[in-house]
Amino acid sequence: MVGGIGQIFAYQFMINAFAAGSIVAVTAGLIGWFMVLRRQSFTGHALAVVGFPGAAGATLLGIGAAWGYFGFCLAAALVIALLPRTTGQTRAEESAVTGTVQAFALASGFLFVSLYRGNLTSINALLFGSFLGISVAEVRTLLIICAVSLGVLAVIGRPLLFASVDREVASAAGVPVRAVGVIFLLLLGAAVAGAVQITGALLVFALLVAPAATAQAITTRPGLSLLLSSLIALAITWSALALAYVWPYPIGFFLTTLAFGVYLVARAISALRDRAGNAVRGRLGTSGAVGS
Amino acid sequence: MSAFGSAVGIGQLLEHPFLAHALIAGSAIALLAGLAGYFLVLRGQVFTGDVLGHVSFTGAAAALAFGLDVRLGLFVATIGLGVVMGLLGERGRADDVIIGNVLAWVLGLGVFFLAIYVSSRSAVNGTVGVSVLFGSIFGLSSAQAWTAAGIAVALALLLLAIARPLLFATLDPTVAAARGVRVRLLGVLFLALVGAAAAEATQAVGALLLLGLLAAPAGTAQRLTLRPYLGLFASAAIAVLDMWAGLALSFLVPSLPPSFAIIAVAAGAYALAFVATSLPRRAIAAAMMLL
Repeated sequence: MVGGIGQIFAYQFMINAFAAGSIVAVTAGLIGWFMVLRRQSFTGHALAVVGFPGAAGATLLGIGAAWGYFGFCLAAALVIALLPRTTGQTRAEESAVTGTVQAFALASGFLFVSLYRGNLTSINALLFGSFLGISVAEVRTLLIICAVSLGVLAVIGRPLLFASVDREVASAAGVPVRAVGVIFLLLLGAAVAGAVQITGALLVFALLVAPAATAQAITTRPGLSLLLSSLIALAITWSALALAYVWPYPIGFFLTTLAFGVYLVARAISALRDRAGNAVRGRLGTSGAVGS
Repeated sequence: MSAFGSAVGIGQLLEHPFLAHALIAGSAIALLAGLAGYFLVLRGQVFTGDVLGHVSFTGAAAALAFGLDVRLGLFVATIGLGVVMGLLGERGRADDVIIGNVLAWVLGLGVFFLAIYVSSRSAVNGTVGVSVLFGSIFGLSSAQAWTAAGIAVALALLLLAIARPLLFATLDPTVAAARGVRVRLLGVLFLALVGAAAAEATQAVGALLLLGLLAAPAGTAQRLTLRPYLGLFASAAIAVLDMWAGLALSFLVPSLPPSFAIIAVAAGAYALAFVATSLPRRAIAAAMMLL
């Protein structure tokens, strides 16, 4: 097994997998951090699900799956960004619509894969991730798209943070809250499209949510937390790649298990810390409870 | 005579036992999904249906990995989760980050079990995961179809038996509780039933698409009427019609997988109901403007 690990970089496909995985992990860790802060996790999930028919359709048409992911995820992000905000009264209907759209997207993906007739096992790679067969050209495309996304994020980072933490105050201070939100959704679309190529459409939370939630549970300082989030995403991806190289089980299983484990440990630590903090606050006579 | 029979469709039906099996199981499962889905939408628990879909995949995969009957894994996992979510109640509505992480991990486990199953058998069974995810209603045997239909009808009757107090508890939980309705118990029982319905629906449209069968007919019915009982039966009727139309479409256009056809019809009907219920109002408004 040690020999196996030692030879890991002897293969070009593993080098490509690590390169693509690293690019995607850093991007997902940073953009996912803002997504968790803005409570848009299910938007991220919806974008990933829509990516599945995109990738399957692109494969059917003979263009690379990556183009399908980016095309569909960005288009879906734009649609979501332009949808009117709904009030609580129509929540039940909204959830019925969301559920129907999600099922229809998955069904369409299934249709495209069965029309393709290539091999049905590729459906598992699209849904649950794969690290095989990533070409150098694909790594380069990922690098360009992710670098552009992170560049934009760097520009809008400060107003985005402001708008995410306190929308009203940011708006009053002259931050173009709506524009920043739309740009962020597009960045999220790009990050999801990148991440699903490693995690698969259904397991995108492993890179998008778990590292960010873990980092936010560990520290509240934004800069440090962002750095931590991308480092955790990177560590999870590298470990999962190494494990999937050694053992013949799908990378999605290792990714989600590592992500979930890291998240649980962070939650346990922050729960203990909260209890200690509440005890102190209780003695001081102030309430530290935050209702939701 | 036979030409007339095949034009009607009865003759073709008898010629193709797989279609008859699909219609038997599909009708009963759609009936159940329509009833359960209506309450699910009314109670704002559609997301629970999503969770159940994920868990049913993992349950089925675990059963395969350990060499058990797939249906055993399905029912144990979904009913178990339904009861747990029902017992957690309000506390179960944790924030989306926790749910998302747990869900991703549950699916990851399912993939793991599936990999164990595939590697322990030959590559022949490589598509079994696909049939759990996306259903294989045209592959049901006569015994499987009748069993699925029997269970679905029994569950539907059980749901109808508690429909009245459940509706009361859904629309006004406080008053219902004051009148002696056991709101909490009903909630748990309902989610256990939804779990069983999810396990049934997985056999028809698969774990990933059952959400559509639960949400779309119910959403359509709610678009058409706000009266609860009418809506409940409309939801069941629409679900069955969606199922029939989907099966027919897939039979006539063999390149369309049945589960895709069923979900596409259900989503299309929902979209149609959206347009139909929003157009007349605008038309009426325009007519009033002219007057």
